[in-house]
Amino acid sequence: MIKDYFKVGISNLLHRKMRSWLTMVGIFIGIAAVVGLISLGQGMKEAIGNVFLNIGADKLVIQAKSGLQFAGPPGSSAASNLTTHDMDVIRRVKGVDKVGARLIKPAKIEFNNEVKFYFAASMPDDEEGRELITEVNRYEPEAGRLLKKGDKFEAFIGNNVANKGLFKKKIELGNKIKINDVEFKVVGILKKSGNPQQDRVVIVPEDTLREVLKIDKKKVDVIAVNVQKGVDVNKVAEDIEKAMRRDRDLELGKEDFQVSTPQQILEVLDTILTMVEIVLIGIAAISLVVGGIGIANTMYTSVIERTKEIGVMKSVGAQNKDILLIFLIESGLLGLAGGAIGIALGIGLSKLVEFAAFKFLGTSLIKAFFPWYLIVGALLFSFLIGTMSGLLPARQAASLKPVDALRYE
Amino acid sequence: MRKSIIKLENVWKIYRMGNVEVNALQGLTLDVKEGEFLAIMGPSGSGKSTAVNMIGCLDVPTKGKIRLDSYDISKLDESELAQIRGKKIGFIFQQFNLIPTLTALENIMLPMIFQGVSERERINRAAKLLELVGLGDRISHKPTELSGGQQQRVAIARALANNPEVVIADEPTGNLDSKTGANVLSFLQKLHDTENKTIVMVTHDANLAKVAERTEFLKDGRIVKSLNNKIGD
Repeated sequence: MIKDYFKVGISNLLHRKMRSWLTMVGIFIGIAAVVGLISLGQGMKEAIGNVFLNIGADKLVIQAKSGLQFAGPPGSSAASNLTTHDMDVIRRVKGVDKVGARLIKPAKIEFNNEVKFYFAASMPDDEEGRELITEVNRYEPEAGRLLKKGDKFEAFIGNNVANKGLFKKKIELGNKIKINDVEFKVVGILKKSGNPQQDRVVIVPEDTLREVLKIDKKKVDVIAVNVQKGVDVNKVAEDIEKAMRRDRDLELGKEDFQVSTPQQILEVLDTILTMVEIVLIGIAAISLVVGGIGIANTMYTSVIERTKEIGVMKSVGAQNKDILLIFLIESGLLGLAGGAIGIALGIGLSKLVEFAAFKFLGTSLIKAFFPWYLIVGALLFSFLIGTMSGLLPARQAASLKPVDALRYE
Repeated sequence: MRKSIIKLENVWKIYRMGNVEVNALQGLTLDVKEGEFLAIMGPSGSGKSTAVNMIGCLDVPTKGKIRLDSYDISKLDESELAQIRGKKIGFIFQQFNLIPTLTALENIMLPMIFQGVSERERINRAAKLLELVGLGDRISHKPTELSGGQQQRVAIARALANNPEVVIADEPTGNLDSKTGANVLSFLQKLHDTENKTIVMVTHDANLAKVAERTEFLKDGRIVKSLNNKIGD
């Protein structure tokens, strides 16, 4: 019986093609927006998770505290209050294996008479620090090499700096670039990381960077820590916090620095992304409400047009619940069909964004991701919107009295 | 004496139109016997359509009793009435009232859907009924592709879909020319004679009423005259 109602519904919708299409537009725009946003949001979380996954669970990062900790590259968002003295304090904490620090500063970067402002970062001059920073950032040369002992005016650069048209001319190994008017020789180009910040960085030896940018000998922006094998990272993080608090004579909760594990950084990023996602999806959902009202409107019109038909169906034995079901299924189908088109559109849209982001921004962090539950969920949801919107019109149809409905012209 | 199939006892129907009360039926008493061909005549506004709606369980009385088999119609709710209509009664309307989006065959199948008849059985029966009314070659035609007389024959086939005991025809020839009208009428007569269906026909045409075994004349919502066309019973 239900199968027959689906048939009746489909034939009725096909009978009024133009109106069905127009009604569905409202739903498919909304569903396309929601599906597109969820797929991109999920994809981005996944990609970021992968970036952090390889840093390793035995690393800690210490930086100055700021409200927008993760909006910019680590250390760049707040005036740093970290010094080499803090490194000594940290080194003394039990469980700490290696300690390394770096500077991350905006700088004037010039190549082939073209000037851009990007971040310049430092590489420690000691072996231990170099190793640690290389490991934490997963630096791997695509061409040339990283920095080594004795380098002074040598630099290695992020993949996008070299290839992605940041500068009109492609930068090759051996080319000269200027940082604040001081010349450096490019000795290495990094592999693409997918992280836009890392792909746009210029890295030079620490001492040289201090000289060029006139930075106090003691100041550092980020301190990275490698924890000894078999030691609880969270415990070490706590101990470092305690030691630094004591050293700075600060009360608990009043810290002007922050110790974070990669896991924590990931969680914070995840929370921010989820919040952004919720706000965007909320906005997209408004269009779904409007689409639902469109369906309700169409169904009311349909009930009035088909009043006589309803009377006929009742006279040949249709009960109220039959009429209710017929109209509910019809409006549900409107929602479902709109949803199906919307999903296809949403997939196309997010694939397009993924492609555009890769092509023009050079990031592979934006990935469209379509888990089966997103597709099925969106289909069910659009059917639900359809039936809910059709509920009142269908009830009106069902409650018509057969004699009155038959008399209607 | 034949068994009574539908019995109206002192039935009143009062409509409210704005602030005015309209008494469509005023104490109508009528006994429809099993297998008889009954005609109801009367001027417009005499309440004959209201009466036939009561007989067909499309409407319930304001006052009075209606018995169909063992049911008291006035005590049933809309869903139970729909069930009884679907099983026991077939309607033929002056306006044909076919569903325009459905084909001839699908229109005939419609009453069977609501009785939960299987699809195969529905198609079988509907095709046979179309054959019976002489439209076996019009299976997939939509109502708009059929003439008035053909539409009314599809409507007759639909009325017979669930093999009802009673066929109610409300001015069945009112929208047809006299020739096709006569055709439809002879069909009703055949149903009565060969299939032994109870037929209740509303008409204002005395010539049509002659076909019936009995004619009841309505005025102001009650019976004013009865006429037996056939001797016997």
